[in-house]
Amino acid sequence: MSTTVLRTKPRRSRLHRREQQIALLFIAIPLIGFLLFTLYPLLYSVYASFTSWNGLAAPKFNGLDNYIKMWNDPYFLKSMWNTLFLMIGIPIGLVLSMALALGLNRKMRGITFFRTVYYVPVISSIAAIAIMWQWAYNGDFGLVNQVLDLVGIQGPNWLADKDTVKPALIIMATWKGLGYSMLLYLAALQSVPRYLYEAAALDGAGTWQQFRNITLPMVRPVTFFLVVTSIIGGSQIFIEINIMTPLGGPEFSSASIVWYIWRQAFNNLHMGYASAMSIVLGLIIFIVTVIQFRLNRRNQFSID
Amino acid sequence: MSTSTSLPGAVQAGAPLLDPQGGIPNSPASRPGRTPDGKGHALTRTTRYKLGNVLVTLILSLGAVVMLGPLIWTFSTSLKTHDAIFALPPQWIPDPVVWENYLRVWSAGPLLSGIRNSLIVAGTVTVIGSLTSSIAAFAFAKMRMPFKNAVFLMLLAGLMIPFPTIMIPQFMVFAEIGWVDTLLPLIVPGLFGNIIMIFFLKQYLENVPDSIIEAAKLDGASYLQIFSRLIFPAIRPAMAAQFILWFMAVWNDYLAPIIYLNTPEKQTLQLVIASFNAQYASQTDYPLIMAASFIALLPVLIVFIIFQRQIIESVALTGGKG
Repeated sequence: MSTTVLRTKPRRSRLHRREQQIALLFIAIPLIGFLLFTLYPLLYSVYASFTSWNGLAAPKFNGLDNYIKMWNDPYFLKSMWNTLFLMIGIPIGLVLSMALALGLNRKMRGITFFRTVYYVPVISSIAAIAIMWQWAYNGDFGLVNQVLDLVGIQGPNWLADKDTVKPALIIMATWKGLGYSMLLYLAALQSVPRYLYEAAALDGAGTWQQFRNITLPMVRPVTFFLVVTSIIGGSQIFIEINIMTPLGGPEFSSASIVWYIWRQAFNNLHMGYASAMSIVLGLIIFIVTVIQFRLNRRNQFSID
Repeated sequence: MSTSTSLPGAVQAGAPLLDPQGGIPNSPASRPGRTPDGKGHALTRTTRYKLGNVLVTLILSLGAVVMLGPLIWTFSTSLKTHDAIFALPPQWIPDPVVWENYLRVWSAGPLLSGIRNSLIVAGTVTVIGSLTSSIAAFAFAKMRMPFKNAVFLMLLAGLMIPFPTIMIPQFMVFAEIGWVDTLLPLIVPGLFGNIIMIFFLKQYLENVPDSIIEAAKLDGASYLQIFSRLIFPAIRPAMAAQFILWFMAVWNDYLAPIIYLNTPEKQTLQLVIASFNAQYASQTDYPLIMAASFIALLPVLIVFIIFQRQIIESVALTGGKG
C-alpha cells in the first residue's frame, strides 16, 4: 500500500512539473512580446518624460521641466481641448445607434440588408474614408454642400473654417462608428428576455416606461463597453486629422493630442517632451477607465 | 394619407420595444387571453405594427442612403473626367464614364507595391500571430501553471496602454537595430500574438470539457499533439472570425506605418493613398485620388461581404463579453 503511494507521488509531480514547463513555453511567446514591445517601452517612456532628448544624443535628465512646459504650452492645451471636444460625438453616436438598433429589432423584412449596409463604414479603412470625406467636405464641389444646396443651404468650406472643422470631424466619426455600436446594441436587445416586457405590459407600463426601466438597464453592459472603448479610441484620434487637416487645421483647431505628440516627436525631434505628453495621455486614459469600471460596478449593485 | 401614417408613427417611436419581444402581432391566437380589450384592439395593434414597419423601413432606407452615399460618390467621382467633377449640378452618374483613371492610377504612384506591402504585413502577422495566440490560449485555458491568471491579467491590463504612449521608445529601439524604413517593425511585434484573440479563444476553450484532454493525455499524446488534433479543430470557427477582424485591423493600420516607413515603395497601401491625396489634390485630380481610395477599400469590402455573417456574429459577441 505505502509503496504504491510512494511510487505514484513523484511520478505525478513530475508530470505536473512537465505540464507547467510546457505551459510556460506556450505562454512565453505573448509574454515576451508584452515585455519587449509594451512594458519596456512604457517604462522607457516614463523615464524619457523626465529628460531632454532629441533622439540622436542620449537623453539628459531635466526633472519636471517637460511637465511644466506642457502646462504653459498653448498648443498642448489646445490639442487637449480639441480632443475632448471631438468626444461630443460619443453620446450622439450612442443615441443614434440605439435608435437604429430599436428599428432593426423589429420583425420585418430587410433587416440583414440594413445591418450590412450600416456596417460597411466600420470595416472600411479610415485613411480611405478620411480622403473621401475630405473631398465630400470640399466647399465648392463637395458632396455635403451639394446636398445642402438642394435644400437651399449654402454650406461652409467645412475643413478650412475653425468653427466647422470640428463638427465636420464629429459627423464623419459618427458616420463611421454608427454601425458598430448599433450592432452591439442589437445583439443586446435580442437577448433581453421577452417575459420582462410581457410582465411590464400586464402591470400597465407604457412603451416609454418599458424602455426606461427594462431596455436601458438590460443593455447597460453594452453602453458601458461602448463608452469605455469610445473614450479610449477617441482620445487617440489621429488618422483623420493627419489626412484631412495635415497642419492641424485652421488656427490649430483640429489638432488632436496624438497628432501633436506625433509632430513633436517625429517632426521636431522633441522626444522627451513628446514622451511626457504621451505619459499624460496614458494616465488620463487609465484614470478614466478606472473611474468607468468603478461607476459600473456600483450601478450593477444597485440594480441587483 | 399623411395623417394616417403619422399617427402610428408617433406611437412607433417607442413601440418596437414591446412588440418584437412579445411577438404579439404575429400570434393573434394568443392575444385574447392577454389583452382584455378584445378583438378590435388586437386588429389595430397588428396594423399599427405593420405601419410602424413601413415607417421604420423608410427611416432606415434614408439612413442607408446616408451610409452608402459617400462611398457611391467616391466611386462615381473615380469614373469622371477632370472637368466632370466640377460640373454643376453635380453628376451622380458620370457622363462620360471613364475607366481610364483605374489604369492611370497604377503608374501614378506605388499603388501596387503598397498592396504587396500591406499583404505581406497583414498576412504574416495574422497567420503566425494567430498560431502563437491559439497555443497560448490553450495553455491559459487548459493547462496547469502557477501564476497563470496573474500573467493573463497582466497581459489584459496591457491593452489599456495606448500605442502613442509607447511608440517613441519602440521607434528608437527599432531605429537602433536598423529596422526603420523596413516592414519589420510592423510585423515582428504582431508575431508574438494578440491578447484580444487569446482572450476570446480562452473563453471559447472554457466550453471544451477537460475530460477529452485528460483522455488524450492518458493515451500518451503530447501537448503539441493535443493542440493540433483536438484544440485547433475545436477553436477553428472562433479563430476564423478573430483572424478576419485582426487582418482588417492590420490592413487598415496607419499610425505605426507612418512612423516607420519613408520610402514610397516601402509604404503600405494606406500610406500610399494618403500621399496620393496630398500629391494630387493640389492638381485637383480627384478622379485619380478616388480611384486609388476605392482600390484600397475594395479588398476589405470583398472580405466583409463574403464573411459578413461570421464577422457580424463575432463582433456582436465582443460586446456581450466586454
